[in-house]
Amino acid sequence: MTDTTATPAHFEASGHDEAHHDADHKPGFFVRWFMSTNHKDIGTLYLIFAIVAGIIGGAISGMMRMELAAPGIQYLEAWTGETGNAALHFWNVMITAHGLIMVFFMVMPAMIGGFGNWFVPLMIGAPDMAFPRMNNISFWLLVPAFLLLMGSTQVMGSTGLGGGTGWTVYAPLSTQASGPATDMAILSLHLAGASSILGAVNFITTIFNMRAPGMTLHKMPLFVWSVLVTAFLLLLALPVLAAAITMLLTDRNFGTVFFDAAGGGDPLLYQHLFWFFGHPEVYIMILPGFGMVSQIVATFSKKPVFGYLGMAYAMVAIGVVGFVVWAHHMFTVGLSLNMKLYFTAATMVIAVPTGIKIFSWIATMWGGSVSFKTPMMWALGFIFMFTVGGVTGVVLANGGFDNYVHDTYYVVAHFHYVLSLGAVFGIFAGWYYWFGKMFGKMYNEFLGHLHFWVFFIGVNILFFPMHFLGLDGMPRRYPDYADSQAYWNEIASYGYVIMGVGMLIFFVNMAWSLAFGKKAADNYWGEGATTLEWTLSSPPPYHQFNTLPKID
Amino acid sequence: MRIVTNLMLAAGLAIASLSVASGVNASVPQPELAPAPQAELAPAPGAEAEATESAADAAPAFEYAAPTEGIGMPSGGMGIQPQVSEVGEQARWFHDALLMPIITIISLFVLALLLWIVVRFNRRANPTASKTTHNTTLEVIWTLVPVLILVFIAVPSIGLLQAQYNLPEGETITVKITGNQWNWTYEYPDHGDILLVSNMLEEEGEQGEGARFRTDADGPRLLAADERMVIPAGVNIRFLVTASDVLHSFAVPAFWTKIDAVPGRLNEGWTRVDREGVYFGQCSELCGARHGYMPIAVEVVSPENFERWVLSQGGSMPGSADAAEEENTDAADDAAETAAASTAAAAS
Repeated sequence: MTDTTATPAHFEASGHDEAHHDADHKPGFFVRWFMSTNHKDIGTLYLIFAIVAGIIGGAISGMMRMELAAPGIQYLEAWTGETGNAALHFWNVMITAHGLIMVFFMVMPAMIGGFGNWFVPLMIGAPDMAFPRMNNISFWLLVPAFLLLMGSTQVMGSTGLGGGTGWTVYAPLSTQASGPATDMAILSLHLAGASSILGAVNFITTIFNMRAPGMTLHKMPLFVWSVLVTAFLLLLALPVLAAAITMLLTDRNFGTVFFDAAGGGDPLLYQHLFWFFGHPEVYIMILPGFGMVSQIVATFSKKPVFGYLGMAYAMVAIGVVGFVVWAHHMFTVGLSLNMKLYFTAATMVIAVPTGIKIFSWIATMWGGSVSFKTPMMWALGFIFMFTVGGVTGVVLANGGFDNYVHDTYYVVAHFHYVLSLGAVFGIFAGWYYWFGKMFGKMYNEFLGHLHFWVFFIGVNILFFPMHFLGLDGMPRRYPDYADSQAYWNEIASYGYVIMGVGMLIFFVNMAWSLAFGKKAADNYWGEGATTLEWTLSSPPPYHQFNTLPKID
Repeated sequence: MRIVTNLMLAAGLAIASLSVASGVNASVPQPELAPAPQAELAPAPGAEAEATESAADAAPAFEYAAPTEGIGMPSGGMGIQPQVSEVGEQARWFHDALLMPIITIISLFVLALLLWIVVRFNRRANPTASKTTHNTTLEVIWTLVPVLILVFIAVPSIGLLQAQYNLPEGETITVKITGNQWNWTYEYPDHGDILLVSNMLEEEGEQGEGARFRTDADGPRLLAADERMVIPAGVNIRFLVTASDVLHSFAVPAFWTKIDAVPGRLNEGWTRVDREGVYFGQCSELCGARHGYMPIAVEVVSPENFERWVLSQGGSMPGSADAAEEENTDAADDAAETAAASTAAAAS
């Protein structure tokens, strides 16, 4: 269903003529990159941004694994130049920064801002996004947001420099933290949230109004579907976050008591508001990955996606149900039995549409003529690792069981399996899949495979032992642990090193490919790649689809 | 053992976890828990001599026991800590005998399908791709089968949740727990004015001036506390949990207990432990710089020993003459004392 019969000749006839006049006329460097209204350039900016943020967020996790490699406190004092609580506070600054950076400044910009911007207009046959200037604002709000977050680590917060509240910014720890660091982090979230809301509005408008003639909703590629569902989740969830953190700000600075029990407020209100946003947020991070994996699996199996409608509506179902399961993040706060029963049942329901997706991907490959190029390897890794993370999610859904592992490393293992091995695998899959299309040069296949295998082994050694640590009772957000837990922690830290080597291979591959990569053909994946972006040149002209393609 | 676990990791982590699950059976009590508690506690360093000494005494004083290696504390293993409460045992069975096998089978099933695709449907083995895009029967099956599996999981899951909320009939002792930055306060509203402030014991050389440092009889590093919560065995213990400043979470893995401490709320939970011994837990909700340094140490003792302990703390048993004046104190009133308790904690 995702394939179309349009051929390059259909709509590039005029495009080629104008290539040297209007369609491919690029503005000067500053105007092009700093005042951009071109969805592809903005997509590239988002991807560069995500890579930079990912390096910083990944380096922070490296520091954490370094500290956790052995029992006792080894590095915190040296890194901060402080002792006692000021040094320990730095640990909380790192967990906070790592979480916020990876969620708001790495995964979301890469998936939605990067690949969404690049490929939604191309896939639906649109010349650009509906609101190109708003698109530019979306990106440029993210830069000050990131600077605010980075800056917050250099000002006072609580017992040391930086905000140490965790990415959840729970009250009353956040409302009682002294110094401007927490305020800066909150404002950073406000800007990032505004950026995402504007982006969501843009995507919804674009997808609803700018599809090429003949491209009905049920003919849209699944990646477009995934971005559409994601945009709705963003639009509905982020304002709730904005409300919650605004209340935090006024509690902190203007004497309100929304979350202060002493004044009649309730700290749990913040948790309810946060997770009403926070749970859809985790689907926001994974849904575009679902979409990309669907495209990639179909392309490399040379088969259309199996059960297209089921796949599309499974994402819609995940999005809808994702809004009514939030309190499973709060199983230990003192919910009533009935609340826990409901949230246990509702959470387990999500396994059904997720299962449909997993099995449909497998059925897509079944009977296919599968070539295992680098993007396909990442997609296969995604499917298996997401399954592992998904089944531990079913385990955690049980309120009675969750009591034991809540706030332990079991949860850390679970969400890194769905994010670090799910979302990130999806990002790499998309990156390799579209690298030639975006930059006009092919990546190095050998280095791509090497990157996959080293990274795959690394992250599994890094995160699988965390299940054991969690079952053994190691709490999250601890800079130190019982001596008996040294073994698995040491293994996990080795895993980080292996993963880090994998990332080095990635950067070498990117540098090599951009410099010496083969020129990418229009449709370098061949007959399996049927969506509209493959009908264009690689990279596509600065303005594409001056004559709209027609979908039969 | 280390080599064995290492090999398991290399051989496939999923299989390793399966072996954890299969090593456990609901109907067979865990071997390490089988011996009589006294026998286990006896070899604690120094405890033997003290026990003899106190036995000779006419009115024996209360003696703190030493923890048992591997019980009530992390062991560095791959599975759930040994459970000493009925609910914990039920929950551990639910995970080890039901959830683990199911998720392991599902994961291996997906892996097997993927490997089969790699072998059978690669470009060389299958040069021509089929054009199948639908199979309604198949789609209905992979929608309904997961639903059935989930219902199968949900039934014992609901039972477990109900058990956790269902405080059984019988003698019940209330302990009020307040989380503070960064220690715990334990109060016994039914037993007079007992109020304990429990701080982590620092290592030798790191402890504050005049403070006691940790010994092995106190418990492992990071887990040992200067004051243990002492509770009697075989009796319902009702935990009332709150916090004086920010969120904390009262967690004792061996009891399957985890109750968030929220300022302004009094969260209730319960446990009943038959095995005497020492059990450790750690604060499980981020509460600031020393979040990792406010452990929980609970000692379960015989009812007689509990009475001795209460008296040694200057408290009184309910119903005794000393307790008459405090008869009116009950758990609900005690909520009002949160502020007082936290002041005491801060002052200490």
